[in-house]
Amino acid sequence: MDIEASAKPQDIWQHRHVLDIDDFSRGEIELVMQTANAMSEVLSRPIKKVPALRGKCVFTIFWEVSTRTRGSFELAAKNLSADVVNFTAQASSVSKGESLIDTLNTVEALGADIIVMRHPISGAPYHALPYVKANLVNAGDGWHAHPTQALLDLHTIHRHRASLEGLKVSIIGDIKHSRVARSNVWCLTKMGAHVVLCAPATLLPSGLEGSCDHFPRVEVTTDITEALKDADVVMVLRLQKERMASGILPSLREFIGGYQLNAARLAFAAKDALVMHPGPVNEEIEITRAVAHGPQSVIREQVASGVAVRMALLYLLAGGKEL
Amino acid sequence: MKDILIKGGRVIDPSRNIDAIADLFLSDGKVQALTHLNQTSDAEIIDARGLIVCPGFIDLHTHLRQPGYEYKETIASGTQSAARGGFTTVCCMPNTDPPMDNAALVGYVKHLAAQEGLIRVLPIGTITCGRQGEDLADMAELSHAGVIAFSDDGSYVASAHLVRRAMEYVRSLEVPIIEHCEEPTLSKGGQMNEGAIATRLGLLGIPSAAEEIAAARDIILAELTGAHLHLAHVSTAGTIELIRQAKRRGVTVTAEVTPHHLTMTEEMVLGYNTQAKVNPPLRTPRDTEALVAGLQDGTLDAIATDHAPHTENDKLCEFTAAAFGISGLETALGSLMGLVHNHKLDIGLLISSLTTGPSRILGKNFANLGTLATGANADVVIFDSEAEWTVDAAAFVSKGKNTPLHGAKLKGKVLLTIYNGEIVYRYGGI
Repeated sequence: MDIEASAKPQDIWQHRHVLDIDDFSRGEIELVMQTANAMSEVLSRPIKKVPALRGKCVFTIFWEVSTRTRGSFELAAKNLSADVVNFTAQASSVSKGESLIDTLNTVEALGADIIVMRHPISGAPYHALPYVKANLVNAGDGWHAHPTQALLDLHTIHRHRASLEGLKVSIIGDIKHSRVARSNVWCLTKMGAHVVLCAPATLLPSGLEGSCDHFPRVEVTTDITEALKDADVVMVLRLQKERMASGILPSLREFIGGYQLNAARLAFAAKDALVMHPGPVNEEIEITRAVAHGPQSVIREQVASGVAVRMALLYLLAGGKEL
Repeated sequence: MKDILIKGGRVIDPSRNIDAIADLFLSDGKVQALTHLNQTSDAEIIDARGLIVCPGFIDLHTHLRQPGYEYKETIASGTQSAARGGFTTVCCMPNTDPPMDNAALVGYVKHLAAQEGLIRVLPIGTITCGRQGEDLADMAELSHAGVIAFSDDGSYVASAHLVRRAMEYVRSLEVPIIEHCEEPTLSKGGQMNEGAIATRLGLLGIPSAAEEIAAARDIILAELTGAHLHLAHVSTAGTIELIRQAKRRGVTVTAEVTPHHLTMTEEMVLGYNTQAKVNPPLRTPRDTEALVAGLQDGTLDAIATDHAPHTENDKLCEFTAAAFGISGLETALGSLMGLVHNHKLDIGLLISSLTTGPSRILGKNFANLGTLATGANADVVIFDSEAEWTVDAAAFVSKGKNTPLHGAKLKGKVLLTIYNGEIVYRYGGI
């Protein structure tokens, strides 16, 4: 592996856990990218398997339904020769905190070295942290964070752009309830991108006008044309249908009319702008089928990057030895 | 009952504008003139040199949790906690189980307080039956049974009509309506102050407007009815402005603020600190500044703890599942003294906010509380304004160890609390 020759990952990598990007240094993010490139190389081999995590046990525990994230983690761990156990926790047990810690302690007692968890409550992995000795990877907590998604999005962008410095990245859709948007804001701004958040006002989070010590500086707008103008990357978020029921949006029709990414709107962006979506896509709602499958779309690459980036994170968490 | 002579302390008694080195003589459960002193020789003498001697504190807003939630607090443990904090009177909120909406229950609480309480407990009755916000409780009967105010605290009475009727009804009873101001459709599901930190943490925010809209409605109803409205735990700059304007118009409105809203901001929640989860939520530095200014110009009348004890498991869970509330009696003085040491608050004003302020809200029946005038109840607290100590939640006598101040260094410590002429709390060798 050329990683070990060019850099000493142990010197840069400071994390025992991956909970969000907010506490990542730019050097660490770059190391993840570099390691993910090496993993992509592994994935291009006829036998996509290395022994780096042989003898290690990775548990995935999902209190929320997921197909691609969970599958991606499972594949990543298996490609590194880890033993993988998938736990599906009962959604009904979410209400009381003890069960979360109990569950994590149980899988630890079973021998988990790395725990990958997804939970519907923001901050759940932070709550669990003091009670867990294993390495914890946040696969999504409430509206708060989805760090591996942000890193795989960055990896996808890097396949097409050498640097993010000065790039305009516009995130469009349900920002308020999106952990993907939050983690991306941290990741993209740390890498030098100019981030624009665009949604109807009721789907924008509060408190981002003006400067704030606790959140990166971003541009916030309700004007999709302004958001798309000369954008280098356009990220579209999934719209949850329950937003209409809760009175946050008047109707799906109105959202589509104002904020759907279609070919006409995409024309405002840079000619070679990348179109991204964390999936699963509601075709013809937040994005048209034509744009989602069009020449500028890198949505499928995002899925592929997911495995490489998650391999990189598991590898770094396990100590970054022999690949 | 042994007489007590407190010697050489700095006596601060805002009821009489006194701040001077003086002796204080307590006998027969009353403050006595020093001229009575030579008749007794066996008085316990307390050396208070270098210490502050003032009237026992009055807390308008305490959750004693009994009956119903004895695992969180009892009248016994809550009043011990209060004594340790320098309080000699606490007004207990009626969100018990069952809620304090009938005279029998008031009698039960008063009985428990007499049997097991260490200090004075003044019960507050509910405004509505079962705190359901639908029908008025038997307010006259409750008042005759001894409740000193009415409140559905923990919930806002959503029906303006019902609050209007409650206010009209209590006018003749001469007790205040205490409102927990929170417009429920705006605060629904909220976990902390709305703003950038809530956004960062991915938590649903509670906007200041939820409190301000509720306060505005009740101020208008107080103006309409002439009733005494008391606003609980004011937390926003906007509410301060609403009260200020109302007082200028002559509306009978009073208001309290908690030590935590005066001294802490929403940043305490960073890291999903459930100990800092409280309702109303901790707000911004701009709000804390406005609250301090509100105390200074008399917009706010009292400091009240909103002591809300919870079990470890109530807080040891994911943020949205955690209970709202801070166990505040034992840290109140120490945290408030921080404002004095930082020159944000005058010590006389601090003490008046804990004594004469709440006493005035309770009304003329309680004029002998919160004062050291001759003949007043011998409720006295002695504290060391300079003593530094580290908060150890596990060492609280309250059952509620839930505090965001665990490990914090505070400067200002209660050393002795006297209730009705009896020493109910003594720290160290004083």
